[in-house]
Amino acid sequence: MSFFIASSPHNHVRRNTQWVMQQVLLAMVPGVLAQVWIFGWGVLIQLAFAIVTAIVAESLFLAFRDKPIKPALRDNTAILTAALLAVSIPPLAPWWVIFIGVIFSIVVVKQVFGGVGQNIFNPAMAGYVLLLVSFPVQMTQWMPPAHLATFNLSFIDSLWLFFTQYTTDGFSVMQVTMVQLGQGIDAVSMATPLDHIRNQLSQGYTLSESLNSPIFGGLAGLGWQEVNMAYFLGGAYLVARRVITWHIPVALLGTLLVASGLGTTFAIDQLPGVNIHLLSGATMLGAFFIATDPVSAATSNKGKVIYAALIGVLVYVIRTWGGYPDAMAFAVLLANLCVPTIDYFSKPRPYGNVKAKESAE
Amino acid sequence: MASAIKIWSFPGGVHPPERKTLANQTATATTELPEKVYVPVKQHIGAEGQLLVQPGDTVLRGQALTQPGMSGGLPVHAPSSGTVINIAEHTSNHPSGIPTLTITIKLDGKHESIEFTAVENPLEQSPQELIKYIREAGIAGLGGAAYPTAQKLSQTQNTELLIINGVECEPYIVSDDRLMREHAEEIVSGITILQSALQAQQTIVAIEDNKPEAIQAMRQAIESASIEAAVAVVPTKYPSGGEKQLIQLLTGKEVPSNGYPSDMGILMQNVGTAYAIHEAIYLGKPLMERIVTLTGEALQKPGTVWALLGTPVSHLLDSASLQASSKQKVIIGGPMMGYTISDLEVPVVKSTNCILCPTESELPATGHEMACIRCGQCEQVCPASLLPQQLYWYAKASDHDALKQHHLKDCIECGACAYVCPSEIPLVHYYRKAKAEIREELIEQQKADIARQRFEARQARLEREKQARLEKHKKAAEARQAALAARAAAAEADPTEQSTADTAANNGEKQSKVAAAIARAKAKNAAQAESATAEDDKKARVAEAVARAKAKKAAQAESATAEDDKKARVAEAVARAKAKKAAQAESATPEDDKAKQSSQQSDNAEAEKKRRVAAAVARAKAKKAEQQKQQNSVTTSERGDSESS
Repeated sequence: MSFFIASSPHNHVRRNTQWVMQQVLLAMVPGVLAQVWIFGWGVLIQLAFAIVTAIVAESLFLAFRDKPIKPALRDNTAILTAALLAVSIPPLAPWWVIFIGVIFSIVVVKQVFGGVGQNIFNPAMAGYVLLLVSFPVQMTQWMPPAHLATFNLSFIDSLWLFFTQYTTDGFSVMQVTMVQLGQGIDAVSMATPLDHIRNQLSQGYTLSESLNSPIFGGLAGLGWQEVNMAYFLGGAYLVARRVITWHIPVALLGTLLVASGLGTTFAIDQLPGVNIHLLSGATMLGAFFIATDPVSAATSNKGKVIYAALIGVLVYVIRTWGGYPDAMAFAVLLANLCVPTIDYFSKPRPYGNVKAKESAE
Repeated sequence: MASAIKIWSFPGGVHPPERKTLANQTATATTELPEKVYVPVKQHIGAEGQLLVQPGDTVLRGQALTQPGMSGGLPVHAPSSGTVINIAEHTSNHPSGIPTLTITIKLDGKHESIEFTAVENPLEQSPQELIKYIREAGIAGLGGAAYPTAQKLSQTQNTELLIINGVECEPYIVSDDRLMREHAEEIVSGITILQSALQAQQTIVAIEDNKPEAIQAMRQAIESASIEAAVAVVPTKYPSGGEKQLIQLLTGKEVPSNGYPSDMGILMQNVGTAYAIHEAIYLGKPLMERIVTLTGEALQKPGTVWALLGTPVSHLLDSASLQASSKQKVIIGGPMMGYTISDLEVPVVKSTNCILCPTESELPATGHEMACIRCGQCEQVCPASLLPQQLYWYAKASDHDALKQHHLKDCIECGACAYVCPSEIPLVHYYRKAKAEIREELIEQQKADIARQRFEARQARLEREKQARLEKHKKAAEARQAALAARAAAAEADPTEQSTADTAANNGEKQSKVAAAIARAKAKNAAQAESATAEDDKKARVAEAVARAKAKKAAQAESATAEDDKKARVAEAVARAKAKKAAQAESATPEDDKAKQSSQQSDNAEAEKKRRVAAAVARAKAKKAEQQKQQNSVTTSERGDSESS
C-alpha cells in the first residue's frame, strides 16, 4: 500500500484564522451589549446591516476577481471589519452611511489591495475616515446616553429611523434626539463628551466648567465610560487567551496615559485628564480591537510597541490640537503608513548574528 | 555532583502535546531477526566507504562491510550473520526516497559474531587512538544528524565544555529516555571516554524536566562512577534539544552564525552516541543496532526496540501491529521535524530514532492554506529570532537577496512557526524550497564563475600568444633591416663583388660575416640579428639562383629575336610570349598591356616596320624584366625569410 506523504511539521496547533477572528468577535460582545444598553437598538441594526453588506460585497468582489469565495468568507475577517465599523458610527445614522462605509472598506481598502493579509490600512478605520470626512453631520449625531433619555426608542422605531430617517410617528432623528435630551440642554450637548469638552474649551471655558454638563458623571462621560470599560473587559479576554499580545494595548494606553497626564500637569484645568482620555471615544475599542489588527500593524514585538506608542501620541495630539474630537481612526491610519519603516528598523537580531548587526548598514 | 547549573533561556519555542507516555512505559524490547537486512553503504554525513564484500560472501555479525576511505568516511558493519545476496541501489531512508547503494544480507538466523576485542586500558590511550577506534566502529551522531563522531571529535581542540544531550525535546520520541533509564552506567562510561579523548574541562548532561526517571538514573550513575559531570535539568520546551538552543540554555551564549560550537570550545554528543562509544571501546562492538521508538496511535503495541541497522521498517511495524488507515502516515522522526516515507522496505539507519504512525485524528493533515494575516505568532515562537512571515513572503516571491538579508540560513527548520500558524501555511516547506533554490543558484553561480575564469584565461592566453608573435615579427623585421644594411655596407665596401649575382652568391659567407659585424654594431639584439642574417643569406642565395635562371631564360629569348629578324612573325610571337611570361612573372604592368596592343597591329601596311619596333620594345621589356626580377628576387627572398622565421 502507499502511504501518505506530508511535509513537517505534522503537528499543528488548532487555532486557525477563523478561530482567531471568532475570538475577537466574541470579545466584542460586552462592548456591543453596553452600546445597545446605552444607545438603543440602533447599534444592533447597524451591526446586522453592516455584516450582511460586507458578506455580499466580499462575495461579489471575490467572484469578480475569480477567487474562491467560500474559504475567503470562512475566515471571518469581513465580518469583523463590518462589526468594527458598525460600532464606530452613530446608531441612528441612515443606512446608506454604513452601506457606503462597508463597501469602501471591503472593496477598496481590502480587496483592491489583494484581499485578506494584503491591505496596508485598517479597512474599518479607512471606511470610518471616508464617512467622517464625507458625511460630517450624520457621523457626529450621536444619541445621548440612555441615562439622559426621556424615553426609549422601540426596536421598530429604530429600524424606521435607520431606513427612512423618521420614526413610525413621523419624528426625524433631530427631533428624537432633542426630545430625548429634554429641556434646558441645547442641541450642542448631544455631542459626545470629547466633542463637548472640545467645544467648551475652544469657547474659553475651563475644563471643570465644561465637565459640569449632565453628560458627565462618574469617571468620564456617562455611557461612554461604561462602553469603554466593556471593551476593556473584552480586550483583557483576548490578551488572556493570547489571541493578541499585550504589546499594542499596553503601549497605546500607556502612551496616552503619560501624554494626558503631562497635559493636565502642565495645563491644569485646560486640558482633559487621564480619565477622560482613557474612557472616552474609541480609546479601548481602538487599543484592543483596532490597532491590534495584525494585517496593518507592525509585526515584531518591538515594532508593535513603537507602532502603538505612535498611535497613542497621535490620538492625544489630534484630540488636543486637531480638527476632530476623536482621533483613533486618523491615528491608526497614520501609523499604518509607518509600519513598513517600523518593521524595517525593528527586526529582531537573529540567533548567532551578534557581529552582523553591529556592522550592518 | 548535583551542583546547580544556571539555566538560561532561548527566545520562542512551543509546547506541542508531548505524548511521550505512549511508548516509554515498557522496557526496550528486542525484535525477532528479520529475514533480510538492507545496509546502506552511506548512513552518515560525509563520504561513503569502499566495499569489502561481494554478493555471495558470508558475513558474521560485526564484520565490516566497507572500509572508510578518506577522512569523513565511516564503515558499516553486518548487524547479524548471513549471506550477501545483492549490492545494488535500494530505496533510501530519506525524505526523497532516492535509491542509494545498499548491501542486502539474507540472515541465516544464527546471529554468529566475529570475535569482539575490547580496547585495553582505554583511559590510558591517546586521544588519537581513541578517535581511531571510534571511527572504526562506524559511530555517527545518533541524535539525528548522523555526523561522524570521530570527525567531530578530531575537529575540536581545547574543549572547555562537553555537553551530553539527553534533552529529546521532540514529542513522542523516547529512545534517549529509555536508554538513559536502562543504560545510564554505560552512558557514563562512554562519557569518560569522551572526556579522555577531548580533555574536556567541564561536562554537563542535559535532560528535559519531563524525564524524571532518566534524570534520576543519570545522577546515580554519575555519582557511583564519581566522574566530573553534572546533570542539568532544562525546562520542557520545543526545540530545547537543538544544538544551538541547548548551548544557549546552558551557557547563555550563541553559536556564531557562520561558526560551529567547537569555535566556542563546546562539543555536544547525544546520549546514544555515548552509549555506542562505550560499546565500541569497552566491548569492541561496532555500531550494529540502536534504540528505535515505535509510537503513534495507529500502532497497537507501541514501545521502544533494539533494532539492527538495516532492519526494514515494515518488519518493525509488523512487530508493533500497525493498523493502517487509508491516509496513514509513516513518519521517520517526530511530529515536528520528521519526514514521511511511502515505502516501508526502507531500512533503519544510524539516524533513525523513531517511527511514528499516527491516526488521522491524532495528527490531522494540514488544512487549506490560507492567506498570511501577518499576525506575527510565528515570530513569537521562532527560536532563532527570525521573521518567519517575512521569509515566507520573500520565499514565495523567490527574492533570494531579501531571504539572505533576513538570515534564511539561520533557520533550523524546527517547525515551530508552521506549528502555530493560524493560516496553516507550511512555512518550513517554503523555506526548504527556497534554501534548495538558493543552493542551486549557488551551484549555477559557481559553474558560471568557473566558465568565466576559463574563458578569461583563454583570452589572456590568446593575447599573450599574439603579443609573443608580434614581438617575434618585430625582431625579425629588425634583423631583416640589419641584414639589408649589412648587405648595403658590404656592397659599398666592395662594389665589384656585388656587380654580379654569381660573385655575390659565392662571397655570401664573407658578406654575412661583414653584415653580422655591422648588424652587431647597429642592431640592439646583435646575437639574434647575426643568426637571422646568416639564414637570410642562405635564402638570398637560393633566390638569386632562381633569378639567375630566369634571367638566362629571358636573355635567350632576347638573343633569339635578335638573330632572326627576318622571321619577324615568329620572333614577334616569341617576343610576345616572352614578354607575357616576363610580365606574369613580375605581375603585369600597364606597359606590358601597351606592348601587347602594339604587337597585335600586325595587319597594318607598315606591319613589318612596326613589328620590328614591337620586337625591339619586347626585347627592351624583357631586358627590363630581367633586371627587375633580379631585384625582386632579393626582396621576395627577404619576405619569405620573414614569414618563415
